[in-house]
Amino acid sequence: MRGYVGDVAALARKDLLLEVRSRDTLPAMLIFVAAALVIFHFALPSGTGELAGLGLLWVAIVFTALLGLSRAFVAEREQGVLDGLVLAPSDRSAIWLGKSLAALTFLVLAEAIALPLFAIFFSSVDGATIAAVALADIGICAVGVFVSAMATATRARELLLPVLFLPLAIPVIVGGVGASVADSAGRYLGFLALYDALFATICWASFEYVVTE
Amino acid sequence: MSTWLRNNALVASAALAAVLLTLAIALVAFYAPLDQDGLNQKIFYFHVPIALTAYACFGWGAWKGLLHLWKRTPGADLESYVAIHLGVIFGAMTLVTGSIWAKYRWGHWWLWSEKQLVLFLVLFLFYSAYFMLRFSVEPGPRQANLSAVYSLFGVVLIPISFLAIRLANAYIHPIAFTSHGPQMAGSQFFTFCVCLAAMLSLFAALYHLELAGKRLDAHLRELRELLG
Repeated sequence: MRGYVGDVAALARKDLLLEVRSRDTLPAMLIFVAAALVIFHFALPSGTGELAGLGLLWVAIVFTALLGLSRAFVAEREQGVLDGLVLAPSDRSAIWLGKSLAALTFLVLAEAIALPLFAIFFSSVDGATIAAVALADIGICAVGVFVSAMATATRARELLLPVLFLPLAIPVIVGGVGASVADSAGRYLGFLALYDALFATICWASFEYVVTE
Repeated sequence: MSTWLRNNALVASAALAAVLLTLAIALVAFYAPLDQDGLNQKIFYFHVPIALTAYACFGWGAWKGLLHLWKRTPGADLESYVAIHLGVIFGAMTLVTGSIWAKYRWGHWWLWSEKQLVLFLVLFLFYSAYFMLRFSVEPGPRQANLSAVYSLFGVVLIPISFLAIRLANAYIHPIAFTSHGPQMAGSQFFTFCVCLAAMLSLFAALYHLELAGKRLDAHLRELRELLG
């Protein structure tokens, strides 16, 4: 058990260290989400109301995550690291978990900028929305990293990621927007937690088959 | 008997499908009573069985995918692919028949408050991506693994999406349509069951037909390689 946690921590640390040195994913995500919020300002005619803005916030979150996820396995592929990781004497699901934790860190950092910006540009963000963002992030990163690994194994590569990911992200959007706009956020938060638990379990259990033959 | 059935599954299921489909069409046309919706309610006897058959296809595809990953059953990958392929066809037919029904019943081709239709749209998108994934990988163990894992995601996504669409209706459509009116009468229920059996046997027949074709293709390729 301790070995497993150690493996996951080492893998996550590797990705974070790589990002600290190369700085290519996080700045892109930050600029992307800020530009998206500015676009939303011009996409919403006056009188459209706060609710439409809250809905678009969720669109921004999913697409920003997608931008980061499309880079998730690029280093592994270009340098042939994945073969080495698969051969390493650790459980293969640790690769998925470590990568998910790193992706989660990037997404949370991007949102730490995006949510205050949204509050300044559009409307204030309440506690339910922040809780929903936190829960949605887990699901987005768990499923997104998994699907990104799948897409990396194909010829179409990054092109395939949005096609595979967006249908799976529809329930996250429902839970997130519901928690932001509905009067009682509880059941939407519960739904997001259910999504996280179910998909994290199936990703954890089946990741081995994605990276091996 | 059971060996005969296994060897002649295509013939048996095709014969059963032909008999049941004829019976179903006859029952829908002459036996099932009209309810207060009039004639257009009859599309219900095709729309709902097709939708349930599509679920059966996706479920069967996921089961074969699981068998591939778990027991490495030879051929399970091909069977999973064929079942999902048919599921997408039945799913597209569900969308078309549902859309026609919505047009005649409510005057719109598309209703976001119709939960089943929206669910099928999500599933249609999801399973269309299955083909992109499958045909973007070289045939071999990797293609089989990725397809099998994706088909398992499908059976988790179906209930989750169903729940999501119910939840979304609460903030998008506060007033839900009551879509089915009164309970089905006995004769209507009987007709519905025959229609469902007909669609399921049609799925079985098409499944065996496509499998036979694909296996023949593979066999032919092997022979050609031996000759070449």
